[in-house]
Amino acid sequence: MDLATFLVQCLNALQYGLLLFLVASGLTLIFGIMGIINLAHGSFYMIGAYLAYALAPIVSGAFGGGFFATLLSGLALSLLLGYVLEWAFFSFLYDREHLQQVLMTYGLILVFEELRSLLVGDEVHGVAVPELLSGGVPLGGLMSYPLYRLFISVVCLAIAAGMYFVFTRTRLGMMIRAGSTNREMVQSLGIDVTFLYRVVFAAGVALAVLAGMIAAPVSSVYPGMGNAVLILCFVVVVIGGIGSVRGAFFAALLVGAVDTFGKVLLPQAAGVLVYVLMALILLWKPEGMFRTG
Amino acid sequence: MNKIRFALVAGAVLCAALAAAQTPGKIKVGLMLPASGTYASLGNAIENGFKLYVAEQGGKLGGREIEFAQVDDESDPAKAIDNVNKLLKRDNVDVLVGTVHSGVAMAMAKVAKETGTPLIVPNAGADAITGSMCAPNIFRSSFSMWQPAYAMGEVMAAKGYKNVVTITWKYAAGDESVRGFKEAFEKAGGKVVKELNLPFPNVEFQALLTEIAATKPDAVYTFFAGAGAVKFVKDYSAAGLKKSIPLYGSGFLTDGTLEAQGADAEGLLTTLHYADGLNTARDNAFRQAYAKAYKTQPDVYAMQGYDAAQMLAAGLNAVKGDLTKKAEFEAAIEKTKVDSPRGPFTLSRSHNPVQDIYLRQVTGKENKVIGIASKALADPGRGCSL
Repeated sequence: MDLATFLVQCLNALQYGLLLFLVASGLTLIFGIMGIINLAHGSFYMIGAYLAYALAPIVSGAFGGGFFATLLSGLALSLLLGYVLEWAFFSFLYDREHLQQVLMTYGLILVFEELRSLLVGDEVHGVAVPELLSGGVPLGGLMSYPLYRLFISVVCLAIAAGMYFVFTRTRLGMMIRAGSTNREMVQSLGIDVTFLYRVVFAAGVALAVLAGMIAAPVSSVYPGMGNAVLILCFVVVVIGGIGSVRGAFFAALLVGAVDTFGKVLLPQAAGVLVYVLMALILLWKPEGMFRTG
Repeated sequence: MNKIRFALVAGAVLCAALAAAQTPGKIKVGLMLPASGTYASLGNAIENGFKLYVAEQGGKLGGREIEFAQVDDESDPAKAIDNVNKLLKRDNVDVLVGTVHSGVAMAMAKVAKETGTPLIVPNAGADAITGSMCAPNIFRSSFSMWQPAYAMGEVMAAKGYKNVVTITWKYAAGDESVRGFKEAFEKAGGKVVKELNLPFPNVEFQALLTEIAATKPDAVYTFFAGAGAVKFVKDYSAAGLKKSIPLYGSGFLTDGTLEAQGADAEGLLTTLHYADGLNTARDNAFRQAYAKAYKTQPDVYAMQGYDAAQMLAAGLNAVKGDLTKKAEFEAAIEKTKVDSPRGPFTLSRSHNPVQDIYLRQVTGKENKVIGIASKALADPGRGCSL
């Protein structure tokens, strides 16, 4: 591998890692802060991708279109979805055992998959890359790097920075962190924890949906697309340390790098390398790299 | 009062028994196809095609009425044996038809081989079904993985390419496709300089696309299907490789996926045993009848289902619907010339179609035929001792 190729592969690894972070960040919010094992997280990612596909014609009819208008309306819908789901289902799960959480969220996967099949069908769909970002940046002789992938990376970085800011620098972040450590104490200080959690959950769902919508033009839209992502997300969250957004960030980059270079250098083992990495890190640090609290 | 009632009931039972004895029994066809999951639409097309031909014959083949028993195989090899047994033991089917997924079809072939029940495979392309697992009662109306791949090897060698990179998923279908391609391409003097693989069904191609760019081959041969095919074609184009390194593939790369691939697929060349724009009287008639019956255009899967029914008809007609004449039934299918929408085909000694493989080019939303890549191509049926 010459230097130029190596650098391009590093870019691939970085870009993949950032996208993984975007999906996993929502999971780490819900899993780490609210203590709920949410298997349906992959479904939210899938819903996002299908929203990008299905909303585009509707939005273009109503507001004259545009990728970003679709993105915004999808985000609004997902916040609403998250809020309602928390109210209807997840709020009953906080004091239950993990097994019951797994059962219910697994049930939700089946429901979402079936709804998707009924509403949109089982075909594979493509989502067009927005005109503005459809070009490529030339790299070396033969290849060019799609502008849209760079855009994804920028969005992911912005969200990572935004989350970091909210968590460490704002009152809301402080309340969320406090709530995850001791729910009753925060409640007795006069903070409406129920509402707070509802918002956090909605934000977690919105992050997954956003990831799905942004990834749709490069990943295409197909049945069962959430399942593969879900497993990788859990790997990222576990490696990073449950509940740590910072940990999820570095873990996602690590997984992206291992996956990318694994495919190139050790193609026979590419399928298992990520899991080997997880096993090694858990041996070294059973709590994950950045376990908080 | 009781006596009268008894007499009435007894009379009714007797009549029913007589009626049943007089009508020749129906032939029960067991359709084992995916009705849920990723392959659901493929299973549906096969079923439609099969039933279209039966309906065209007035619901009867070989003078006997056809009835169906159906099982959703879920494309799950782990449940395959159970599902076949449901059809055989619970529904007592006379003939098995299925399926899309190769792993499931292999399990069906295994059971069919043991029980001797006739099996017609309407899609699954695993070479082994008409190779090492072949049997007198197992037939295929579709293709073997080897066929379109081998034909593409010939085409690309004839175009003068010397160094080619292959890329596919690391699983049976991908391996078989690349092997078939390599066999023809290297026989004609070309060289496969690198075989790239990624685990099935991983669709993160960017790292391997970079490898392709670094290797700078004359062209790329690929096997992907479904969602993977959509994403690969789009990524290949987005990486700017489409204009510098031509991409070729087995036909499934662009079948049923063109709507999603959009402009990124335009101009791609693929090989398959069916194509759009064949414009033969037979194909036009089939497409019209199918569109009329189901309000949608047929695809390669519908065509394969239709031909599976034609093959069954050939066998049943020869024995006048009497499936106990097993050897005659099997010999009749083996010798038949199927008047398929794809063009007439015969069966090889291992019961795989000997057929023309078309070279097709993506134009708009169609895989337009631009020529015949390999005429009357027969799968070698390696490992078959028939």
